[in-house]
Amino acid sequence: MGEKRVRTGRYFMMGNVACAEGALAAGCEFAAGYPITPATEIANHLAEKLPQVGGAFFQMEDEISSIAAVIGASWAGKKAMTVTSGPGISLMLENIGFAIGVETPCVIVNVQRGAPTTGMPTIGIQGDMVQAKHGSHGDYEIIALCPSSPQEMFDHTVIAFNYAEKYRTPVFLLSDAFVGHMREEVVIPEAEKIETVCRNIPEPGTDPLKMKGFLDEDVAPMPIFGKGFKAHVTSSCHDEYGKRNLIDISALDKFVRRLSNKILKHKEEITLVERDYEDAEIVLVSYGGVSRAAAAAASQARKRGIPVGTLRLITVWPFPGEEIEKMARRAKQVIVLENNLGQVYPYIKAEAAHFAEVSFLPPRLVGEIQDPEDILRKIEEVSK
Amino acid sequence: MGRTEILIGGVGGQGVVLSGILLGTAASLYDGKQAVQTQSYSSELRGGSARAAVIISEERVTDPEVRRPDILILMAEDAVGRYLHKIKPRGLLAIDADLVKGVSEGDYEILSIPATSIADKEMNNIIVANLIILGALIKKTKLLSVESMEKAIETSVPKKAITLNLNAFRRGLEIIS
Repeated sequence: MGEKRVRTGRYFMMGNVACAEGALAAGCEFAAGYPITPATEIANHLAEKLPQVGGAFFQMEDEISSIAAVIGASWAGKKAMTVTSGPGISLMLENIGFAIGVETPCVIVNVQRGAPTTGMPTIGIQGDMVQAKHGSHGDYEIIALCPSSPQEMFDHTVIAFNYAEKYRTPVFLLSDAFVGHMREEVVIPEAEKIETVCRNIPEPGTDPLKMKGFLDEDVAPMPIFGKGFKAHVTSSCHDEYGKRNLIDISALDKFVRRLSNKILKHKEEITLVERDYEDAEIVLVSYGGVSRAAAAAASQARKRGIPVGTLRLITVWPFPGEEIEKMARRAKQVIVLENNLGQVYPYIKAEAAHFAEVSFLPPRLVGEIQDPEDILRKIEEVSK
Repeated sequence: MGRTEILIGGVGGQGVVLSGILLGTAASLYDGKQAVQTQSYSSELRGGSARAAVIISEERVTDPEVRRPDILILMAEDAVGRYLHKIKPRGLLAIDADLVKGVSEGDYEILSIPATSIADKEMNNIIVANLIILGALIKKTKLLSVESMEKAIETSVPKKAITLNLNAFRRGLEIIS
């Protein structure tokens, strides 16, 4: 104890370390994980630092128990996170669905690596984008942020904790090996300048039988354990009181709909994008590390007199369809760039194709973000 | 100088990634420049392939990927086939002459340094061959100031290894007259 949570200063810092520093700054008290390249530096850093600020890091026997421990810690009132890569997420998916179903705030960091299967550990791809949204069974909404730099590994981890606590839900940080292992200048502000959010909990003394602790589209207060509350927490279909109901279809409808609406109702305040497409006829849409190559290409194209702009999705989920539509209404051509074979592309195309021509440019080599020169060639091709 | 791309290829255990960190730290924290350093390596702790990339720029670095390195440092034969074709025309190729033999003449300047044998004979430790190469490179290109590099070494390597690394770096400076 006695160490500072916020290491204010200017650093040349690895993205993964910045993520761990962001977690500490956001008030993370518990983390659990199983080592995996390229996420291990986050776990190592948290394992060292969390005990110094009164928190705990558990190295578990696998990823399934890691996410289970995180869910348990969250229900004990702690801000909690796990860190892994795609293979670990595959193992965690059932419990991630549980966390969504019982509305458990937690942060899940996926430092994506070459995949499928064990793939290539230190090469970053954006290969698990849809897994975050649809990996677990059933209809649900998720929040996912895509950092593009070590600075954003810090900033977005703070936002991820704040969203998790505010909306009582798991939040993904979808980084990748390229950004996670990237070192660049990181500025950590003073503690007072970092906004942190804590979940609502019920008034002490609230009668547990009268407490609506679930399924509120405006986020029910969380009856965490260890504070005198009692609550029934079940993954089975339940009502606002947490009471199981496995027979009435109307109860299932509410269970499915309200969990999703809890996110969708607040989509506007959750959604984060960077728009730079004023007067652009061609707009490059991207996220994560790729957005930096897109920005470089757009700036070079403008120097050549071609009106090119960019739209960067910072939150890819909930899918910011309105932002895509708004952009597409003003554009003639939309080029989607991802470091994969086109995972979010169909979602973007569905919103944009009514207003503009939409095409996809994969990287020349999956695993190496698009070369601005290749993007320029594509721009020249579509502008003919 | 707008943007300088540096690519370092070698095998795990040679300090390939550390070399990248030192260049990036010196540029970013002590030389008032912008820098991005990235890396990849195969799973073996030692003996597998290792690659570090650094971009040093006067302005904010947008595209963070090294595409056509202005400076290519090769510290293992294995890295020649993997990276030599990427070097920018009229770029600078720095090699550890003890370990890299198969480099033919091309549209690049070759800086050939017997770094491993100097490290072995004079420092009694081949592990600092990378610092000898960095010293020669900094002296030749003036890419970064010597003071910034020395500060980066002091703040980035384990305390007990600072003197050894500084000595190796300074020995590298002496190679270029």
